[in-house]
Amino acid sequence: MVLELQKPRPIWQIMFSTHHTDVGLLYLIMSLGFLFLGGALALAIRAELFLPGAQIIGDAMTFNRIFTVHGTTLIFLFIIPFASAVGNYFVPIMVRYKDMAYPKLNAIAFWMIPPAGALIWLGFADFTWYATPPYSIISAPGPAADMWIFGLKILGISSVLGAINFVVTILKCKHPDMSIGQVPLLAWSFLSSSLIILVAIPTFAAALLMLLTDRLGVSGFFNPAMGGDPIAYAHLFWFTFHPEVYVLVIPAIGMMYEIIPRFSRRPIYSYGSGVFAFVLLAIVGFSSWAHHMYATGMSFTEKTVFMVGTLAAVPASAMHVFNFIATMWNGRIRFSTPMMWAVGGIALFFSAGAGGVVNSAMPLDFTTHDTYWVVGHFHLFVMGTIAFGSIGYLYYMFPYVTGRMYNEAMGKIHFILSFVGTVLVFFTQHVLGLYGMPRRIFDYPPIPEWIAMNQIASIGAMIIGVSMAIFLANMIYSSGRGEPANTDDPFGVGGKYYYPFEAKNPSH
Amino acid sequence: MAGHSNWPEWIYIGIVVALMTWVGAEAWEVERLIEHVPADAEIIKVTGQQWFWTFEHEDGTKEIGELHVEAGKAYKFEVTATDVIHSFNIHDYVVLIDAIPGRVNTVWFAPDEPGVHDIQCREYCGLIHYNMRGTLYVEEP
Repeated sequence: MVLELQKPRPIWQIMFSTHHTDVGLLYLIMSLGFLFLGGALALAIRAELFLPGAQIIGDAMTFNRIFTVHGTTLIFLFIIPFASAVGNYFVPIMVRYKDMAYPKLNAIAFWMIPPAGALIWLGFADFTWYATPPYSIISAPGPAADMWIFGLKILGISSVLGAINFVVTILKCKHPDMSIGQVPLLAWSFLSSSLIILVAIPTFAAALLMLLTDRLGVSGFFNPAMGGDPIAYAHLFWFTFHPEVYVLVIPAIGMMYEIIPRFSRRPIYSYGSGVFAFVLLAIVGFSSWAHHMYATGMSFTEKTVFMVGTLAAVPASAMHVFNFIATMWNGRIRFSTPMMWAVGGIALFFSAGAGGVVNSAMPLDFTTHDTYWVVGHFHLFVMGTIAFGSIGYLYYMFPYVTGRMYNEAMGKIHFILSFVGTVLVFFTQHVLGLYGMPRRIFDYPPIPEWIAMNQIASIGAMIIGVSMAIFLANMIYSSGRGEPANTDDPFGVGGKYYYPFEAKNPSH
Repeated sequence: MAGHSNWPEWIYIGIVVALMTWVGAEAWEVERLIEHVPADAEIIKVTGQQWFWTFEHEDGTKEIGELHVEAGKAYKFEVTATDVIHSFNIHDYVVLIDAIPGRVNTVWFAPDEPGVHDIQCREYCGLIHYNMRGTLYVEEP
């Protein structure tokens, strides 16, 4: 950005560029924009639930629309584009190629996202990010629902195009002197997550079309009134979106693999086990989708199969945690802002995984399913692990992108407040779930435990909100007025970095 | 690919695998017991619709929003829905099963002592999902 300010180019040169760092910059700015939009919706939800009764949101329909768009925005318009931003900046450099394999395709994949985001936000659908049929078919108000379906359709195509680009760039365009066993773990994470996307997304793409024709009344795939089966949608959806969970988390783990050895000033403990765990997770991620569906009346055998498939993913995740801890062990650790975010992210990743084991065990799932336990559980992944890894990496790449340093003190305050807030919100929500509060409810009866837990969670959310305001101020101020960074070694930890700004092609 | 020996990681992975095996085996055993419906369980037909619960006892009496049962007896719920998916939930007794139009799911419980418990819907079903609640009265036999 500041490189742009120092050597200004007309904005259309960046917007119509196909160069990987330019597309990365577009991804970065857009995804951060949606982070703040989606986060604002989260604050509205938490403010509403601070007390029983209507607080700031007047009616249930608005509330339902808000949590639907909150989830859709942060998953599809923040997490995935942010990972694409990092991948665009770093993957070509890590595999020593001049650009992404298909630069125009890359730009097209980016430019599909803003219209999709506009469809989702202008429609403001209310049927949850799962678009639950038959509600979404017979009851959800249009055109919001149809706009959501088209938006997701476009995002799916964009994901597939991006994934093809990453796979080809890494496998076919890496430098001939470089074996696949020398590709950095961050690039490996993009290879694994892109392969998952290519296998998983088409299923949901089909389900979306079926949902749309069901809504139009010309088919009845998921509509029981026309002989269809809503549980078929659940299978199609979760066959895509359980693996998609790993699409979200794997790049964030890859970012931690870049940060943690750097700031521990030690090589990664085991490169091999990192690669193995990525690939293993990408494979076993496909064997667990129906653990979301224990309560739909599955047979004992089905439940057992998917419980085993789910538990099989735990060792792979545990290998990453071990690898991080073993790398930090005896390291000369420098707790700069990116390292704090990465370490905090690992701690929360471990907590989220431990909570997930409880969900996967069949009898316990009937206590936690569709309660706030689940909300707390997956937010520990998406916020505690993925957003923490991503924000840590944003601080890490900040000097490379802008040529300036962020304010270290503000970065640390941002981390501490966010960490405290995340623990307050999402650990509390686990307990709230054990007290039986269902998710996706606008109002709740005045049960004293529920009120207390909701208030703790809302206060935590406000703390996160404050920390994000500090973050925004830091990013805006530092990208214009920050101290010039020592781009050879901005964090003073030595070693070899990857320099995105050196990849700038002056002809672009 | 790393040049050094990796034995601590293998021990760690062994422990994790053993733990997961134990969790899985325990869950399998408990679930197997839970799914065994007693032969003398009385059947209650439960129907969810936007946004209330209807209960029909074996003797044909119907209740809306309230369910009266006797302590010490086993009950088997046959749960379905008429419009969209709901989820029938008595959290205090860990009774949870989706109410799906076109399907009948079963779940059972045996309340042990008299009391009053909440019934709620735990699957998003639209506008008044938050207030699709009922009350379970467990009475003296």
